Amino acid sequence: MAKYIIQRLIYMVITLYIIATITFFLMQLLPGSPFNNLGGKMSEAQEEILLQKYGLDEPVPVQYFQYMAAMLQGDLGISFQYDNRAVTDIILERIGPSATLGAQALIVGSLLGVALGMIAAIRHNLWADYISNIAAVIGISIPSFIFAGVLQFYFAVKWRIFPPSFWEGPIYSVLPTISLMIFPLAICARFMRTEMLEVLGSDYIELARAKGVSNGSILFKHALRNALIPVITVLGPMTVSLMTGTLVIEQIFAIPGIGEQFVRSISTNDYPVIMGTTMLFSVLFIVVILIVDILYGVIDPRIRLTGGED
Amino acid sequence: MVKRRLCCLLGVCILLFFVTACYGNDETGGMDGKVLYISSSSDIPTMDPILAEDNVSLQYADTIYEGLYRLAPEGKIVSGIAKKGETEISDDGKTYTFHLREDAEWENGDPVTADDFVYGWQRAINPENGSFYANYLMSGKIKNAAKIYEGELAPEKLGVSAPDEHTFIVELEKPVPYFDSYAAFPTFLPANKEFIEDQGEDYALEPDHILSNGPFKMTTWKAEDTWELIRNETYWDAKNVSLDGISVKVIKDANTRLSNYEVGKLDRVPLSGLQVRDNQTNPEFQSIFETSVFWMKFNQESEKIGEYIQNVNFRKALAKAFNKQAYIDVVYGNDSNPVNFFVPENFVEHPETGEDFQTGSDVLEYDVEAAQAFWKTAKKELEFEEMTLSFLSGDSEEAKDISEFMKTELESNLEGLTIDTMNVPWGQQLEIMRKQDYELAVSGWGPDYKDPISFIDLWVTDGENNDIGYSNKEYDRLVQAAKGELAMKPVERFEAMQQAEKILLEEAGIAPIMQRKTSVLSKDYVKEMNKLNPFGNDYSFKYVDIQKNEKVLN
Repeated sequence: MAKYIIQRLIYMVITLYIIATITFFLMQLLPGSPFNNLGGKMSEAQEEILLQKYGLDEPVPVQYFQYMAAMLQGDLGISFQYDNRAVTDIILERIGPSATLGAQALIVGSLLGVALGMIAAIRHNLWADYISNIAAVIGISIPSFIFAGVLQFYFAVKWRIFPPSFWEGPIYSVLPTISLMIFPLAICARFMRTEMLEVLGSDYIELARAKGVSNGSILFKHALRNALIPVITVLGPMTVSLMTGTLVIEQIFAIPGIGEQFVRSISTNDYPVIMGTTMLFSVLFIVVILIVDILYGVIDPRIRLTGGED
Repeated sequence: MVKRRLCCLLGVCILLFFVTACYGNDETGGMDGKVLYISSSSDIPTMDPILAEDNVSLQYADTIYEGLYRLAPEGKIVSGIAKKGETEISDDGKTYTFHLREDAEWENGDPVTADDFVYGWQRAINPENGSFYANYLMSGKIKNAAKIYEGELAPEKLGVSAPDEHTFIVELEKPVPYFDSYAAFPTFLPANKEFIEDQGEDYALEPDHILSNGPFKMTTWKAEDTWELIRNETYWDAKNVSLDGISVKVIKDANTRLSNYEVGKLDRVPLSGLQVRDNQTNPEFQSIFETSVFWMKFNQESEKIGEYIQNVNFRKALAKAFNKQAYIDVVYGNDSNPVNFFVPENFVEHPETGEDFQTGSDVLEYDVEAAQAFWKTAKKELEFEEMTLSFLSGDSEEAKDISEFMKTELESNLEGLTIDTMNVPWGQQLEIMRKQDYELAVSGWGPDYKDPISFIDLWVTDGENNDIGYSNKEYDRLVQAAKGELAMKPVERFEAMQQAEKILLEEAGIAPIMQRKTSVLSKDYVKEMNKLNPFGNDYSFKYVDIQKNEKVLN
C-alpha cells in the first residue's frame, strides 16, 4: 500500500509539471493582452512600460523558466487585475466559501441521493420508484441556475425565509447548497438504483436470503457496499467541480468564491491567476482521484491497488 | 471494524470543522446611523489612486481622498484642499498657484501640505509606478511630464513646487482650459510620503494600509465580497458630510441585485435589459442621462474595402440607413436618446450665452430614402453592384443583439449589401480595432474632463485614438487651434470645436447612434444621488444624504 501511494505521488508531480507547462504555453495563445481593458485609452508606449513592469517583455521561454522557478518556491506571482495582490492570497481568500458550499452540497446531496436510489431499488416498479425516477431526471436535466433562480425568488423575495444572497453565516448557505446539491443527488440516485437492482438480483444475495440473513443486514452489509463502487467513481470528479466553485451559483448568490475568479482571470488575461487556479484545480483533482482509488480497496477488497504486477 | 468506524467519525469531525470554519464571519454590519446600502458589479481593483483606471477604483478613491478640488453634484467643481476662489492663474494660463486650507488633515493627524501634493504628483508620473492615467492626463500638459514618463528626466523635475506649506504651484507646458477638472480628478491627489514608504508593498492593500484625507475612510474590505466606509471625523469639512457610512456589496448578477433591493437590503440598484421594461411604472424608477455617446465606426484604412469607405456618399448611406430608436429598443429597452452628433448633450455650455454645445444637427438623421439615394450615387461613383462588409462586435448578449440588428437593418435598406457579423471577446475586439483590421464596428466614448476636446480630439489625423482613418485638414486646424492658440479665448475656442464637429458629421466620419441613459431603482429617502456627474466619477458621496421620515415621539 505505502509503495503504491509513493509511486502515485511521483506520478502526481510529473502530471502537475506537464499540466503547468501546457497551461503556460496555451495561455500565450489567448487573444488580447492583460492591459487592454481600458476602453482603448491606453497608448502603445504605456503598454510597453506595463509589460516591462510585469516581466512580460521577455521571450516566452524565459518567462516560463522564471515562473517555474518561482512556483517551486511557492510564489505564484502577482495578479494583474488587482494591483499588487499576491495570487496565493487571492486563492486562499476565495477557496473557503467555494469549498464549504461544495462540501455541504456534496455530503447532503450524495447521502440523499444514495437513500433515494436505495428506496427506488427496494420499491422497484412501485410509486416510490417512479417518484424517485422523475426527481432524478428533473435533477439531471434542469440546470442548477434555474433552481437557484426559482429558490431565490420564492424563498428569499416572496416568502422571505432565507436571505437572497451574500455569505455572512450558515443561513446564507442554505439556498446555494440546495441549488448546488440537486445534480449530485440526481446522479447518485440514478447510479444507486441501477447498481442496487443488479446487486439485489445477484447470486450471493439470493444465497444470503436462503441462509436466512435479515433483510436489513442484506441491504446495508452486503448490497450497499457493492453498489457504492460506481457511485464513488462519479463522485470523485464531481467533488472537485463542486469544491472549486460554480460560476453561476456564485454569481446568483453573490458568493465571493473561486469559480468566478477562475473564469474572469481568463477573460482578463490575468496570467498568474490563470496559472494559480489551474494548478490548484489540478492538484485537487489528482488528489481526489488518488483517494477514490484507495477507497475502492476499502469498499471492495477484491480491487487490488497493486494490480498489474502479477 | 471498530478502527474503521473511528476513522469515519474522525473524518466527519474534520469535515464539520472545516465547514463551520469557512463561513464569512460577521466582522461587518457594525454600522449605525445613516448608512447607504448599494452594490457594485465588481470589486475595487486597487485603492492606490494613481493606479486607479476603472470606474470603481476612481469612484472610491474620490470618496476617501481629497485633492485640490472636488466634484459636487451635476459636475460642479468646488474647493477641496485648495480654496478655489483664491487660486491664481497667470496671464499666459501656464502657471496655477493653489492656496491650500490650513485645517486639512490626514486620518492620522498629519496636516495635508503642499509637499504632499508635490510627492503625490511626482509619484504618479514616475514610470516605475506604472500609472496609466498619469501619463494620459499629464503628458504634454504639465511641464516635463512626458519626458519623465519616458525615463529621460527624474520625477523631481515635474513642473510642480511648494514654496511654503500651503502654497502649491503647477507649471504647464501650454494653457489647459479645463485644468479645473484635473484638479478634481483622483490621479492628482496628495500622498503622505512617510506613510506610503512605511507601508512598502502592502500600501493600499487593506483598510489598515490606507490613509484617508477625504470625507470617508475605509473600515472593511473583503475581496470580491464587500467593503464599508464610515465618515472620516478628521476630514476638514466633516460637518457637511451627511452619511454616517456606506456599505457596498459586490453583486454581479443583475437579478440578484434586484432581489436584494426588493427585500430591502439595498437602497439603490442599476437595472439592465428586461428589468428596465418591467420596472418602468415603478414609482422608484429613475432614468438618468449619461455623457457617453455611441456610434458606428467606418475604417477608411481597411485593407480590403478602404477605398470604398473613403467615399463620402458610401458612408452617408450607411450612416442614415438604420433606425436609431429601434436600435435602442432592441438592444437596451430603455429611453436612451437617439442622436445625430458625437459630443454629448447636457455636458458643456457656451462660455458666454450658457447654451448647450449641441445645437442639433440632422445631417446624419435616420432616413431610408436619403440613404438609398446616397447608396445609388456611391454605387455609380465606385462602380459596384454587390458589396460585403464585415461588422465587428463583442460576444456578450448585448453585443450580439447589436450585430444582428445592424445586419438586418443595413441589409434590408441598402440593396446589394451583405453584412458579415464577427463576434469576438472584448479584449480581442480592442486589439482588432487598434490594428485597424476591421470594416464596421460600434464603439463609444465617455469624457474624463469637462471639455468638448475630450471628444473632438479623437478624430484628428493620426491621433492616438483615431482608429477610423479619418483625416480632414480643416478639422485638424480647428482642433489644433482649440488646443493651442485659442486656449485663452473661450468663446472662439468653443465655436471652433462646434465647427469641427459639424465638419466631421457632414462628411459622415462616423455614424452617431445614441447618448446612453442609465436606469435605476432608488428609494425615495436617498437624496442627492439622482443625477450622474457629466464627467469623472458618477457620484459625489460627500453630498449624498438619507432622509427617512421617522415618526416624532412626543
